[in-house]
Amino acid sequence: MARLLIGNGAGFSGDRLDVALPVVRTLIARGGKAVMTFETLAERTLALGVLARRGNAEAGFEPMLLPLLRPILSLCLDNAIPIIGNFGAANPRAAAAAIARLAAELGLRSPRIAVVEGDDVRDLLDDPGVLWPEGRPGGSIIAANAYLGAFPIAEALGLGAEVVVTGRIADPALALGPLIHAFGWSAGALDRLAAGTLAGHLLECGAQVTGGYFADPGVKDVPGMARLGFPIAEVSDDGGIVITKADGTGGLVDRRTVTEQILYEIHDPAAYLTPDVTLDVTGVTIAEEERDRVRVAGAQGHAAPPTLKATVSLEGGFLGEGEISYAGPNAAARARLAAETLRQRIAPAQDSITGNTIRSRIDILGLQAVFDSDDAARGANAMPDGEFRVRLAAASPDRAAAEAASREVLHLYCTGPAGGGGVRIAVTPRIATTSALIPRARITPRVSLIG
Amino acid sequence: MSNVIVPLHAIAHARTGDKGNRINCAVIAYAPEAFPVLLAEVTEARIASLFAHRRPSRVVRHELPKLHALNLVIDDVLEGGVNGSLGLDGHGKTLSFLVLSLTVRVPAPVLAAVRAAIGARRLSV
Repeated sequence: MARLLIGNGAGFSGDRLDVALPVVRTLIARGGKAVMTFETLAERTLALGVLARRGNAEAGFEPMLLPLLRPILSLCLDNAIPIIGNFGAANPRAAAAAIARLAAELGLRSPRIAVVEGDDVRDLLDDPGVLWPEGRPGGSIIAANAYLGAFPIAEALGLGAEVVVTGRIADPALALGPLIHAFGWSAGALDRLAAGTLAGHLLECGAQVTGGYFADPGVKDVPGMARLGFPIAEVSDDGGIVITKADGTGGLVDRRTVTEQILYEIHDPAAYLTPDVTLDVTGVTIAEEERDRVRVAGAQGHAAPPTLKATVSLEGGFLGEGEISYAGPNAAARARLAAETLRQRIAPAQDSITGNTIRSRIDILGLQAVFDSDDAARGANAMPDGEFRVRLAAASPDRAAAEAASREVLHLYCTGPAGGGGVRIAVTPRIATTSALIPRARITPRVSLIG
Repeated sequence: MSNVIVPLHAIAHARTGDKGNRINCAVIAYAPEAFPVLLAEVTEARIASLFAHRRPSRVVRHELPKLHALNLVIDDVLEGGVNGSLGLDGHGKTLSFLVLSLTVRVPAPVLAAVRAAIGARRLSV
């Protein structure tokens, strides 16, 4: 039976840079047809690319693209392992040019690079057929990109591409595309497309299926956390899936890691919508075949939705943050006093500086922060002595107002409770996002070979 | 049969994911014997109550018997989501452990079976 090995070398833009090489080496050692995939494009990442491109026409793709590919490009080209990634972000052509330069720098032959475009839908948003499930937003739109499907990737591979650079694309399509190319699956082969989509879904977050975002010491132990191996899916032309990982690495693949990732970011498990198929995982079964080899079966496919989802990014104002620590005797009371002082200082600041509204929140880290709202009565059972960190977050459309709020924490060095130290403050621009549903017929993916 | 009251963490593992202002939390029994406990104890009403301070607008529970798992979908609990939240964890990634703090009543033999399953895994690592 024909089989394709699909490796993953990144699950998000901030992933480790030394994980792809063991995956590629494993693909080569196991033999047969293989591809390498990289998923680096979270919802806001593409908008950051658009902003970067405004200042520099050659920017706008994944900033870590070259560090990601440098260790593996030569091996992949020599072993006919195509590389597929959405690292093109807001500028796939510039990413392709950068990869070509990298190949030249490494003394390699020129790779055949394809770009997939057509995801930018900024010009389509006024179309009356566009639906806005959360309402059409006001404000300045930075980026609007539809999630394309897997067939353009298959088309690129059919043109002989050795590297396929995309912008926004459904994450599982990075794996489904090469499966469609390898096995000739048609758009109507819904259960096959569902299996490929499930394989892609399991790979798309990298180590989240191999022991990352998983370890709970004493309950769910993971060996070798500092050298987690990234995943490989072995998919056969009948839709059979085995999830495994790079040889000689840490981490693990078992029923538990796979089950957690099957349901990750899934809402209705009978209807996970993608551009290519509606995936139903309610019949999925898991079998541990041997150590770090898990068979996943039973994905079912239903017709794809008539619209493609687009993520629309807008300028979202600024976030000002500040933190200060209190420790030792009576620390909880001093932290609470600092928090109350900040509350009083932030309230009048709203009107006096810019007139802009400031939304703020104050947490006391160590009492309880991440589970709570800041208006909840919390920390009631905490010890009064210990180590606590007061954190202020303030959002405003105006950078100066956000910065002024964060500086209220800085001021506590000399005006706050006793023994406050370790202040850090920061102001960061924010990007807001919403979704639009675009009629499928309005979107035309384009595949081009570069150079 | 005697019941033991334990945190959900004693019989299940969990993972949260976010989309906008919505989280999903997969709750997975460590052993098939514990799945009926999840069905009985991890109800939509109890999850809504656990998240009451975040004012969820809706909680929907999907059941996945073949995976011995529940998928909880909880709406409007991320202060607007990662792009709008002022909290430290705008993704809600930590919230799987809030769910796992729920107390559940477990028949003693079921708890024993779960502990055996967890122990078997520890030896294999």
